[in-house]
Amino acid sequence: MAPRSNSTSRKSRSGWLLVAVAGLLSVPLADAQAPAAGRGGPPQSPKAAAPIDLTGYWVSVITEEWRYRMVTPGPGDYLLIPMTLEAKSVADAWDPAKDEAAGNQCKSYGAAGVMRLPERLHVTWQDDTTLRMDIDSGTQTRLYHFGDWKAPNGDATWQGDSLAQWERAGSLKITTTHLRGGYLRKNGVPYSENANLMEHYDVVHERNGETWMIVTTTVRDPRYLRLPYITAAQFKKEPDASRWDPTPCSSRW
Amino acid sequence: MTDSKRFFALTLLAVVLHVPVSAQVDLSGSWAYRSLLGNVGGPRPVDYEGLPLNDAGRARALSYSESQLSMPERQCMFYAPTYLMIGPFGIKMWNETNPDSGITIAWKIAAWEDRAPMTIWMDGRPHPSKNAYHDKGGFTTGVWEHEILTTYTTHMKANMIRRNGTPSSDQTTMTVHFIRHDDLLTLTATVEDPIYLSEPIHWTRMFQLDPEAPIASAGPPCTQADEGPPEGAVPHYLPGKNPFIDEMTRLYNIPEEAVLGGAETMYPEFRKKIKDKYVIPGKCVRDCGTPTGR
Repeated sequence: MAPRSNSTSRKSRSGWLLVAVAGLLSVPLADAQAPAAGRGGPPQSPKAAAPIDLTGYWVSVITEEWRYRMVTPGPGDYLLIPMTLEAKSVADAWDPAKDEAAGNQCKSYGAAGVMRLPERLHVTWQDDTTLRMDIDSGTQTRLYHFGDWKAPNGDATWQGDSLAQWERAGSLKITTTHLRGGYLRKNGVPYSENANLMEHYDVVHERNGETWMIVTTTVRDPRYLRLPYITAAQFKKEPDASRWDPTPCSSRW
Repeated sequence: MTDSKRFFALTLLAVVLHVPVSAQVDLSGSWAYRSLLGNVGGPRPVDYEGLPLNDAGRARALSYSESQLSMPERQCMFYAPTYLMIGPFGIKMWNETNPDSGITIAWKIAAWEDRAPMTIWMDGRPHPSKNAYHDKGGFTTGVWEHEILTTYTTHMKANMIRRNGTPSSDQTTMTVHFIRHDDLLTLTATVEDPIYLSEPIHWTRMFQLDPEAPIASAGPPCTQADEGPPEGAVPHYLPGKNPFIDEMTRLYNIPEEAVLGGAETMYPEFRKKIKDKYVIPGKCVRDCGTPTGR
């Protein structure tokens, strides 16, 4: 093999230099995936710093636990929920007619249960620091507040108070408290007003062009759960609102 | 600084700074199964709700008898890598590195007693020819997409996508995203099968790091035994003869059109189709999950 000329060697070295510089330049690009404040300028708003795009229409795709999620299961069917005996006694008294009469037909649409229902989501930015999620099933709205938002005083609500935080991994972390007690499952499996919720929202892109939002949820409730109740829900992105179908809360369906 | 020194310094810096970009998350360890899904004890024989089966898939599923698992030829058959997403076990993961560079060349997922180990090749090697041998563990490659490990598996053997005989063909492919949040690991997968599915199926399940309950790196050896089926016979049901076709309807009032699956059963609007047919069943008397303790 002929010895490499100086010229060739220099070209090769220059090529490597270019590769190295390109590598260096690519680092800030990767780093920018984190929700960093603008360098040398004012901090970016959570909206501007969003490492993933959660906005748009999403449909829940229910491929497991179908009979617990697509229809209301029968009374006493508590399989797979690590409930306490006290929770069982509450659930055993489930009476959808009573819930309706008391105006509590939205008990299974609270934050700890609603993400597991068959539904569509519409996610938008309400403002630079508030992500809004409208849910057609039960016509619910969840608000995710970034920054130093302070929850207003007042009664607990179905959707509670949610604090939001971008994580370095390109994920949205939500912590929800101040919940009005509701149902984890439509047949009356309860969570209490002391329950708190931690969620992670991730977005993945598939080879077939589909985009999915994955919501991993941990419910902790010292009163009604023996263990953290860890579940996930999966939502496929839809192109538009053509299948958006708001329906009122129902205790029976 | 000479050109040479500058070159090496820049290259070294680029490499060093790139490491966190391409290998940000440590997935190694024993991850306990935390999905409280309906298949812990296995699904009922004809329970296809939420599966996008096409007509061929449904027909094949209805021909399946669970006694097939007792055939000597099938006792050690192993599930395909899709079992990662439908089985009831935790997973153990570790990485294998190039001893010279320290760079991860593969992630390994330990075997279960009924699933072969998986190797996720991270070194950029291509998938084999479509005509290459299909292994029990399939062939899997992976890439980091920011802090998510995305894997792609091909060359699986024909198997099932639910543990009741709903079939998957040897043309099935699976994409899995490994997403770690602190001690939680979420796996979300898309499985495509041009033979038995009318559209892809998507699953998500959770695992939790549990160093106090280490998972073995290899499952126990499989030993065949006489479990009853006569030699040479393949337990099955002829068309229209599956005795379990109405079991979900009898037990839970699930309409047959839901029980038999199909892509539409995955979506919310399917509820409208069965709303007038579904009645909340009576009090649960079997497999109800009644809590014990406090």
